[in-house]
Amino acid sequence: MTPLSQLLPGQFGKLASLNPERGVDQRLMALGLLPGMVLKLIRKAPLGDPLAIEFGGQVVSLRLAEAENLIVDVSADCPIQRPRQP
Amino acid sequence: MSTPDAGLLVALVGNPNTGKSTLFNALTGLRQRVGNYPGVTVARKSGTCDLGDGQKVELVDLPGLYSLAAASPDEQVVIDALSGNIAGDRRPDAVVLVVDSTNLLRNLFLASQVAELGRPVVIVLNQADVAKEQGLRIDTELLSRRLGGVPVVMSSAWKGEGILDVRRGIARAITQQTQMKRVTWPTNIATALVDVATSAAADTGKPISEAEAQRLLFDTNPSTADRLGWTLAQREKTLRTARDRVRNSGYNPMAAEPLVHYAHLRLILEGVVTEGAGKAGRSAAVDRLLLHRFLGPVLFLGIMLGFFGSVFWLAKFPMEWIQSGVDWTKAIVAPQLDAYPMLQSLLADGIIGGVGAFLVFLPQILILFLFIGILEDSGYMARAAFIMDRLFSWCGLNGKSFVPLLSGFACAIPSLLSTRTIEDPKARLATAFVVPFMSCSARFPVYALMCSAFIFPTYGAGWQSVAMIGMHCVGLFFAVPTAFVLTRLVLKVKPQPFVLELPRYQMPKPRDVIWRMWQNAAEFVSKAGTVIFAITIIVWALSYFPRDPSVAERIKASNPTSTEEVLKAKVQATYVEQSYMGRFGKAVQPIFDPLGFDWKITVGVLASFPAREVIVSTLGVTYSVGEGAEADSQHLRKAMQDAKWSEGPRAGTPIFSLAAVLALMVFFALCSQCGPTIATLAQETGGWKWAAGSFVYMTALAWLAGTAVYQVVIRLT
Ligand SMILES: Nc1nc2c(ncn2[C@@H]2O[C@H](COP(=O)(O)OP(=O)(O)OP(=O)(O)O)[C@@H](O)[C@H]2O)c(=O)[nH]1
Ligand SMILES: [Mg+2]
Repeated sequence: MTPLSQLLPGQFGKLASLNPERGVDQRLMALGLLPGMVLKLIRKAPLGDPLAIEFGGQVVSLRLAEAENLIVDVSADCPIQRPRQP
Repeated sequence: MSTPDAGLLVALVGNPNTGKSTLFNALTGLRQRVGNYPGVTVARKSGTCDLGDGQKVELVDLPGLYSLAAASPDEQVVIDALSGNIAGDRRPDAVVLVVDSTNLLRNLFLASQVAELGRPVVIVLNQADVAKEQGLRIDTELLSRRLGGVPVVMSSAWKGEGILDVRRGIARAITQQTQMKRVTWPTNIATALVDVATSAAADTGKPISEAEAQRLLFDTNPSTADRLGWTLAQREKTLRTARDRVRNSGYNPMAAEPLVHYAHLRLILEGVVTEGAGKAGRSAAVDRLLLHRFLGPVLFLGIMLGFFGSVFWLAKFPMEWIQSGVDWTKAIVAPQLDAYPMLQSLLADGIIGGVGAFLVFLPQILILFLFIGILEDSGYMARAAFIMDRLFSWCGLNGKSFVPLLSGFACAIPSLLSTRTIEDPKARLATAFVVPFMSCSARFPVYALMCSAFIFPTYGAGWQSVAMIGMHCVGLFFAVPTAFVLTRLVLKVKPQPFVLELPRYQMPKPRDVIWRMWQNAAEFVSKAGTVIFAITIIVWALSYFPRDPSVAERIKASNPTSTEEVLKAKVQATYVEQSYMGRFGKAVQPIFDPLGFDWKITVGVLASFPAREVIVSTLGVTYSVGEGAEADSQHLRKAMQDAKWSEGPRAGTPIFSLAAVLALMVFFALCSQCGPTIATLAQETGGWKWAAGSFVYMTALAWLAGTAVYQVVIRLT
């Protein structure tokens, strides 16, 4: 279990939990980022923040501080569900 | 435009950037602005749409949104339009749900929420061309059946494909009242919803719809409750009990809605989309380059440098053509009027000299907007926000402030409107306050005039580009600390989330880019015919009158040996100096003396408060009047380059020294000189307080910074 903010670029995993009380997480849930969803950290911006993540065939930019509450299960075996490239 | 039959109203609703405005344009024949980033449309726009059988309905284009749990004002517009909250507005008779064919699941989440409103719907799977290119095959019949028989049509709005199907789909939705299949709520949630609806109805005395009950139960923001007049005291207990009930059934009440909808949609979409062979999209590969750790910022800078450099380079010849056109007109017109010196001066110096000096910049404006259009339409704009975010986040600016700030480089007015995509009212205010600092296209002619007349001849093309870029950064340089003070100390804005979808790259569409260019060119030219024209004539009149013949005689008498030519120049110069404007300018000049402005520049600066571009034409007028009607543009530039201080401690030194030129540009970069911006700022911030504050702050800052630049540079050179 790793916070999304600590993933390395290119690493992917399954979303284990988020904090539905927060506005950001509510936005992400509306975009389909729900527990169990496979996501990938594509890259960090040149200055280290924000992050670009991919899930459900879309690329979304997210700030580091906001990614701390998103807990990812990197050990989950999910190559088949790898997000489709948009 | 004919009036819609029976007053039927149809709304376009969908996620941002799915092509709603493009579809709107195709259906109505109007031209709404489109662009490849989320949040282009921020207000409702309506038009008349033919349903293919002669029946006409009113169609409204709305801002895009991801969820009905709306938070920002532009999203609220959609909620209001869907529920008919706005006074005098009706509920739509049908809703067109515009969906991006390449991402059905996410797009249908909003559709599924809208279905709860019980309006007839038609689903449009837009950007079908992209889906096809990616090898996606969508079984629309199966989808339609699974969704309860609603019309599902595919379209490529941009190519104009499938538009007739959309018209027919709308007609069918209206005649058959096609309802989309709704989710089945787990029992506990259903009970909670009924409880909320019953209590709210009892407390407010109004019937509460199921959709309203869902917003009350699921949303953290209280906008629905406030609108219904359900007070905090009344709702607190009911909502707590209802949410506990949801929690007991194993759902977090704040997550229940997306969880239930997405589970429902996953079942519906089972087997609907088949992935075949196709190009999986090149966006990822392009991003690897453009967002690269080192290459990304280098390319970003390179794009900007190339951009400003080529604006000059590409516009050079068209500008010379316009210039010679202006000179030619002047040469034809002026001699015809030799018998009427006043009329001659009005036409030649005032109108042709002033407005002509402004119109010369048309090619640069066209090229500027060509570039902006390409950046916007390609999808790079959102990437620029991604690269630059870190530089802005420290000063507390909302991530969503980027698009307004970036588009502020074109014009402050649409970007002030686009601050409506920001949820937090204080963050929106802070963004709106710094938007006018962005170097808008109206500043461009000012910089271009100064750079091409004074920087380029001495320092060359390289420094000219550097000066242009520098000037475009000056505003930003002051905007960031201003935003910091405003967000952290004055307004105390909470840190704002930054969830931005990075749209896929696309080839910029020539039609859209050219349309944007054309619109801005038309605006530029019409400005030349209105504001610039009016101010030019006033400035001309003030610098022409009074013309006492005794002045000329006195000069002739006191210089008996001078040649005719020298005499004429002396007379002209004296007339300008003792004109109303000359007297006024000299009286006010001390205010701008620390910036190195002479009285002519001072007058230009003051005349530019309604619209900053006026300076270009006023300098044109004041120097033309002093030169006499036959002066061509070459002459004018030379007159400005040769202008020297005639008195005071700087006597004999050039007026347009490097220090003064830089001070002038910095002053224009920062000063609040745009009537419409002030008015829009007042409108968007709900009062004159912030607009007045912005005016005073920017103008004072411009004076201080201009003074600092002049005083430092004059000592160094
Ligand atoms: N390839 C393709 N591109 C399209 C199509 N329809 C729209 N686009 C492009 O998608 C982008 C977004 O289009 P808009 O019409 O501005 O989208 P919108 O839904 O109004 O966006 P917002 O106002 O931001 O919510 C533009 O660059 C369009 O050119 C289509 O059918 N095919
Ligand atoms: Mg739009």
